[in-house]
Amino acid sequence: MRGSERQSGIERQEARIAWTLVLPALLTILLVALFPLVWTFWESIHLHDLRMPWLGRPFVGVDNYLEALSDGRFREALGHTAFFAVTSVALELLIGLWLALALNRAFRGRGLVRAAVLVPWAIPTVVSALLWRFMFEGQHGIANTILVALGVLQGPAAWLIHPQAAWVPVILADVWKTTPFVALLLLAGLQNIDASLYEAARIDGASAWRQFRHITLPLLQPAIVVALIFRTMDAFRCFDLIYALTGGGPGTSTEPIALYTFNVLLQNLQFGYGSALSIIVFVVTFGLALLYIRFLGAELTGGRR
Amino acid sequence: MSARRWWPFLALALLVGASAFPFYWAIVASLTPEARLFQDPSLFPTHIVTDHYRALFTERNFWLPVRNSLIVAGTTTAFCVSIGALCAYALARLEFRGKAALLGFVLAVGMFPQISVVSPLYLLLRELGLINTFPGLVLPYLTFAMPLTVWLLVGFFRQLPAELEEAAMVDGAGRLRAFWEVIVPLAVPGIATTAILTFVYSWNEFLFALSFTLGPERQTVPVAVALFRGQYQVPWGQILAAAVVATAPVTLLVLAFQRRIVQGLTAGAVKG
Repeated sequence: MRGSERQSGIERQEARIAWTLVLPALLTILLVALFPLVWTFWESIHLHDLRMPWLGRPFVGVDNYLEALSDGRFREALGHTAFFAVTSVALELLIGLWLALALNRAFRGRGLVRAAVLVPWAIPTVVSALLWRFMFEGQHGIANTILVALGVLQGPAAWLIHPQAAWVPVILADVWKTTPFVALLLLAGLQNIDASLYEAARIDGASAWRQFRHITLPLLQPAIVVALIFRTMDAFRCFDLIYALTGGGPGTSTEPIALYTFNVLLQNLQFGYGSALSIIVFVVTFGLALLYIRFLGAELTGGRR
Repeated sequence: MSARRWWPFLALALLVGASAFPFYWAIVASLTPEARLFQDPSLFPTHIVTDHYRALFTERNFWLPVRNSLIVAGTTTAFCVSIGALCAYALARLEFRGKAALLGFVLAVGMFPQISVVSPLYLLLRELGLINTFPGLVLPYLTFAMPLTVWLLVGFFRQLPAELEEAAMVDGAGRLRAFWEVIVPLAVPGIATTAILTFVYSWNEFLFALSFTLGPERQTVPVAVALFRGQYQVPWGQILAAAVVATAPVTLLVLAFQRRIVQGLTAGAVKG
């Protein structure tokens, strides 16, 4: 009786220490992230145009959202983002899986490979965008030179001036930059698979393909799902890459939602409408994030504490 | 050799080649005279000149964005790691109600799309007179850096054996002393890795830096590089020289600490 009282006293004391330690970081996050988000929502249901301050900030309800629905440029931007997300994430997962399988086997020189893989991930996205833009720039960029020399192209192509062709450097740059990250996530998953499973399969005479199909893929599925959600979320937020590579052009043919929203906010200074677009981006990405967190949920609440 | 034995090496050679080529090409181009950049590019440099680098630091004063980036990323990292370590310690090693919810909250905030808070942060910073200042960048950077730091540190603190503080506390040390004298020294590698990753993310950040600065005096490296314009044409030689300079510090950090960084990245994303 007395022992358990003391126990709960210690627990209460521990909880008090814990909250004291948590508080500074928690307050920071509330102040710089949650409060602004609520503010964005407030802006999104008001008319607020910095170019026309005399209008004030009248409440307009869902008008900004309705405007978004009928805004052709926004709908196109949504389409571009979806196209970009699906294409780049699919490529990254396929190539990433291939690389992870290779990295999981070859041991000598692995440090070098891991470094080579990490560098594109670590450099500023803007810089990677500029590197790829330079390679695809003009008639005599290196991409044209190589492709013509290999006979893939008859003559130099104007990549950045053509509305569809402009996607090629954009997607290549994204795949180049983020496939390593996907490969590392999948590699971590591969290394968690018990080697004795393959041992047993080999004894039973299972082919390499069957081992891959029936051991690797099912056991790797959690890592694949995590990488998939993670990358899709990133692709939906994509801003830097396209800003520096095509600027959303030619015209607005590669403009993603984050870039359009940025233009509405800081070029047109339409803060009410821009905030509504921000909230839409938020809802889409956050839906994916919740999926991801739910997926990790078991490990968050139970298991290792 | 059978196909099964060589394909991993082929894959890896391709990978290393593909990863390295754009860098190689940028370095070659940054040493090539402007007039030759788009005339029959050859894979190996023929005329090496350092004009672009000289112009970058004299005409463009590229030290300014480098300095700005160091200040902003450095301050953000220092603040986040010191405050974040306390929070992460509690989340990783103390028992209290609401812990799982807090962890979920931190993770969720770390995934906020930046664009969703640009409008209020802009209005707020304008109100406070902080547009185009260092605090006006550090403050927004905390939105993504703080959750990232806490999340990574929780992962590292969890890896330490549970008996550590217990032993210290049996010896009469309180919770906080146990944290300071036992856990922190042992977690130094993890804390350093977290600091590196937070620094790299802050160094690379673009959207906030673009939105909340007005001119070159406070622009960070990514913004300065992205907004490079010549009078008549795109000054590719200088842009690529700037790209090389912007890439160098993070590349060195990554190469020096690659093993730890991989650990931190995959632990943060895959495990709880």
